[in-house]
Amino acid sequence: MHYSEQKLTEEKVFKDPVHRYVHVRDQVIWDLIGTKEFQRLRRIKQLGTTFLTFHGAEHSRFNHSLGVYEIIRRIVDDVFDDRPKWNKEDRLLSLCAGLLHDLGHGPFSHSFEKVFDLDHEHFTQEIILGNTEVNDVLTKVEPDFPKRVAEVIGKTSANKIVISLISSQIDADRMDYLQRDAYFTGVSYGQFDMERILRVMRPHEDQVVIKQTGMHAVEDYIMSRYQMYWQVYFHPVTRSAEVILTKILHRVKELYQKGYQFKQEPTHFTAFFENTLTLEDYLKLDESILFYYFQVWQDEADEILSDLCLRFVNRNLFKYVEFDPAKEYKKLAELSTLFEKAGINPDYYLVVDSSSDLPYDFYRPGEEEERLPIHLLMKSGEIRELSRESEIVDAISGKRRTDHKLYFPEDMLKDDKTKKNIKKQIRMLLDMRS
Amino acid sequence: MLKDHAKLMQAIAASGEIIGRKKLQKMIYIAKKVTFPFQERFQFHFYGPYSEELTLRVEELCNMGFLDEVKEKKGGYYQYRYTLTDNGKEFLSLNEVEMPYLEDCLTDMNGQNARFLELVSTVLYFDNLEKDEVIEKVFTLKKKQNYTMDEIIQAYQYIEELQTKVKQN
Repeated sequence: MHYSEQKLTEEKVFKDPVHRYVHVRDQVIWDLIGTKEFQRLRRIKQLGTTFLTFHGAEHSRFNHSLGVYEIIRRIVDDVFDDRPKWNKEDRLLSLCAGLLHDLGHGPFSHSFEKVFDLDHEHFTQEIILGNTEVNDVLTKVEPDFPKRVAEVIGKTSANKIVISLISSQIDADRMDYLQRDAYFTGVSYGQFDMERILRVMRPHEDQVVIKQTGMHAVEDYIMSRYQMYWQVYFHPVTRSAEVILTKILHRVKELYQKGYQFKQEPTHFTAFFENTLTLEDYLKLDESILFYYFQVWQDEADEILSDLCLRFVNRNLFKYVEFDPAKEYKKLAELSTLFEKAGINPDYYLVVDSSSDLPYDFYRPGEEEERLPIHLLMKSGEIRELSRESEIVDAISGKRRTDHKLYFPEDMLKDDKTKKNIKKQIRMLLDMRS
Repeated sequence: MLKDHAKLMQAIAASGEIIGRKKLQKMIYIAKKVTFPFQERFQFHFYGPYSEELTLRVEELCNMGFLDEVKEKKGGYYQYRYTLTDNGKEFLSLNEVEMPYLEDCLTDMNGQNARFLELVSTVLYFDNLEKDEVIEKVFTLKKKQNYTMDEIIQAYQYIEELQTKVKQN
């Protein structure tokens, strides 16, 4: 029997708090899970710094990837099987792409990618196509199979149906992370009837559409995305931790570029600083490595680096005030000058954070063919965009709410041992109680 | 601070008016690929490179009152026009970002139609592939657009012109 069709002698199951069980029968899937590149995802948290706000949010990209695989498995084996517009030969491609879609994520990837101008999607492609264990497994299926999987994940495949299972406005990725993140953070939003949505999904031309009768289940899913964004993903305390983490990475990069002598050489970062990064370097980095450096950098002579690491490790985060850039940008310039006079470097300690810094996307009805919206399959066979049928979706996908906050170290500003008068002025500008 | 917002405002100021969200997306993507330091990250979507960050940043600028967005009905869909407001101009005068020759490139791009810019951005997206593979990608991924070989050649020429413009300056 060809490798692509080989089944395990006994089905393997992973206990899973969201889907109860993740079922694996295919040898290929089992082998992929066992590769070192996939196992590395155990050491990368799904929600980055969110664990500092919601202590339960310690789940990993490994958990999530298995979850996405399981949702796709249910769609292709239980819902799409024998449907006229579904090609059964795309089954394994869909499963592999779902399982591997987040393979290139690094530790705290949002901050890391911003500072070092990287893109995890690029590394996902490199891992799948490069000299890796994952590539060895996929190549055994067919020599061009790694390329086909990479193209689906990169959304550049001609097979749009398979792409839309993994990456569209209603896909297995979002359906898993919304439920999983809700479960692990302990919040009550994020719930929706996934079983119902799966049952009403239909392959249709080059996209997956939803039967009209399933509209209310999809409304719940859209509401869940909306709630999770504001209540969990964009939580101001999580953002504070993210701000500090980003500033640590900026500081260490700046120090390295200035020739600063580190007590502990940042060996794992050298290739990132010098733009000589290889896939091997990238794969060596995980969250345990980062936390090691955050620990040792607390003892560095550079006060900013040491202070920021102490803050991150011990959760002594920055405080924040609401900030309206339109009305307050002059005040921001004034604050920046005062920070400098107070001996507090504004580049590291006065930070504006905007909603566009964290683009977990909202549902958009799709204007001028920007992105493919969710389409309903009407009884007449006609296809209609969701927000035209649902008043609830229409209401929350209209004018968007945006948000900006100004972060600063309250403790430093309240420390009147030095520059007392300047700090008082800053506190007044920030409306802090003295 | 707010540098990324300022860069985007500068791009719109340099273009005068940008008509269409798709056009705005493609112009910033092309400018970024050519050399300009826009931070927004783009991914390939059904209709080519698209940045959610850019969409959000535009929404923020509209909410701040720095950008004016006019929504108008055109055929079966809505079209949006973007210009800088007076408040936006004032903000930009205090927060100008140094991006030499941006105006030249953006004015040129703004004179092209969205369909052509979509093709140019798609060609640039696949710039790591051989030319024949890129052409195949355009024909398979952009089937509905029915691009001709002539248009693809023009797209390559256009990219070269933009790159020369940046280098010469």
